[in-house]
Amino acid sequence: MNPISRRKLIYGSVAAAAGIGGLAVAERLASRYGLIPPDGSGIYGPGETLTYACQRVLTARTPARTFPRSMISKNPFANAVAPPKDEFKRLQAGGFRDWRLVVDGTVARPMSLSLADLKSLPIESQITEVACEEGWSYIAEWIGTPLSNVLREAGVLPHSRYVVYYAIEKSLWGSIDMADAMHPHTYLTLGMNDGDLPVPFGGPLRMRVPRQLGYKSLKYLTHVTVTDDIKKFGSGKGSVDPDYGYSWYAGI
Amino acid sequence: MAAVSQLEKTKTHRHSAVVRVTHWLTFVAFVALLVTGGEIVISHPRFYWGEVGNVNTHPLFVIPIPASRDTVPTGYGYVMPDQNGWSRYLHFEAAWVLLLAGLVYGIYGLWSGHFRKNLIPARRDWKWRAYRDRMAKYMRRERADRAEEGAYNVLQRTAYLVVILVLFPLIIWTGLAMSPSFTSAFPATAALLGGRQSARTIHFFVSWLLVLFLIVHVTMVALSGFWSRMRAMITGYTRDPEEDR
Repeated sequence: MNPISRRKLIYGSVAAAAGIGGLAVAERLASRYGLIPPDGSGIYGPGETLTYACQRVLTARTPARTFPRSMISKNPFANAVAPPKDEFKRLQAGGFRDWRLVVDGTVARPMSLSLADLKSLPIESQITEVACEEGWSYIAEWIGTPLSNVLREAGVLPHSRYVVYYAIEKSLWGSIDMADAMHPHTYLTLGMNDGDLPVPFGGPLRMRVPRQLGYKSLKYLTHVTVTDDIKKFGSGKGSVDPDYGYSWYAGI
Repeated sequence: MAAVSQLEKTKTHRHSAVVRVTHWLTFVAFVALLVTGGEIVISHPRFYWGEVGNVNTHPLFVIPIPASRDTVPTGYGYVMPDQNGWSRYLHFEAAWVLLLAGLVYGIYGLWSGHFRKNLIPARRDWKWRAYRDRMAKYMRRERADRAEEGAYNVLQRTAYLVVILVLFPLIIWTGLAMSPSFTSAFPATAALLGGRQSARTIHFFVSWLLVLFLIVHVTMVALSGFWSRMRAMITGYTRDPEEDR
């Protein structure tokens, strides 16, 4: 063996050992600081973990992009939704007076709120963009109460890590981490562009997570569960989306 | 060091290990990004300029293909299968490979003098005439002269620098400008481009420029001796140029 190849061998081994050691340390640190997403395993795990960890380090508290009123889209696109089931039609016939939002899980005071209850909380508005993973987008004014208001009322227990939320059709559900759940732009949305939230856009109640793609802003919201263990829900990947092949974290 | 083996005498060193490894990582990542990017486009083959755009707004242009969503009016009577889930997972994972390989290559290129020695055109070539003359040589299909053995000519240097310093940074920038979370931290990344939809449209065109580069690159490799060039980019060495002829 000549000197050059021996030196290369030593350098190569040191680099490989440092790489493997570095990965192991990174995995430990990421796990400890909650930087591994619920779907952060399998062949796409490294990419998802890098994306989510970097986004959390960079954007845990940054405000969503907001726009001037003049940029509100004249013809927003509601996207297709499944035809409503009987229960939804019954609630709609009653003017959604019986619509309830259940808040439970790892909270001190579980509750069940009507739309009137939600409207009695501090109401805010934001002019933000809905961006679909397909590529299209629109801007609207969204009116509602920050999810954090309700979570504070309910008293989130300190070890909580995720907020899971369901549509009236229970098979449609998602979750966000506490950074997004407590973010001031994450709304329980009741109105859009100075009116009630239209049904095609998710009315009467929609989760609005403007720093993630549209599919995290679940329509027809009925149930919010705070949890410390996301693995207990569905297939354990944080939302129904990974079951359809879509990533849990949709900040990109 | 007097004993130089018979083998080494006929070999010329062309590419360092860092260049070779990052070259092939970039190639694999680029193919993955291209395929998955194409799949994602199929879900909405319409492009816009500005901040917003959807089926209710006027497109800048439309690719005349069927879409993988029935909400997009394409004029076709059928809908393509939805491939966005795995395509998006793989797109971003491959983007990480590209970014990390690019960072390693960029730092190495600056630190080792690779950019200065191999890629930045010589001072005397900083004029149009040098480009025109080299292009004329290509057009006449002239052999590379002795001065060009083992070194890139002014056209190659410029093409590689444009890809490394303009196209790849631009495709990463326009990609990040589409991230609602990244732009919450750095809103200027989208605003400077004219908005989210402008970023998407530029992302699309830059990917075509990279495809154009890939086609020319592979064509030139093939014309100048495919296996010799492949050997150089895999093992680092090429056999003596006389042997290739």
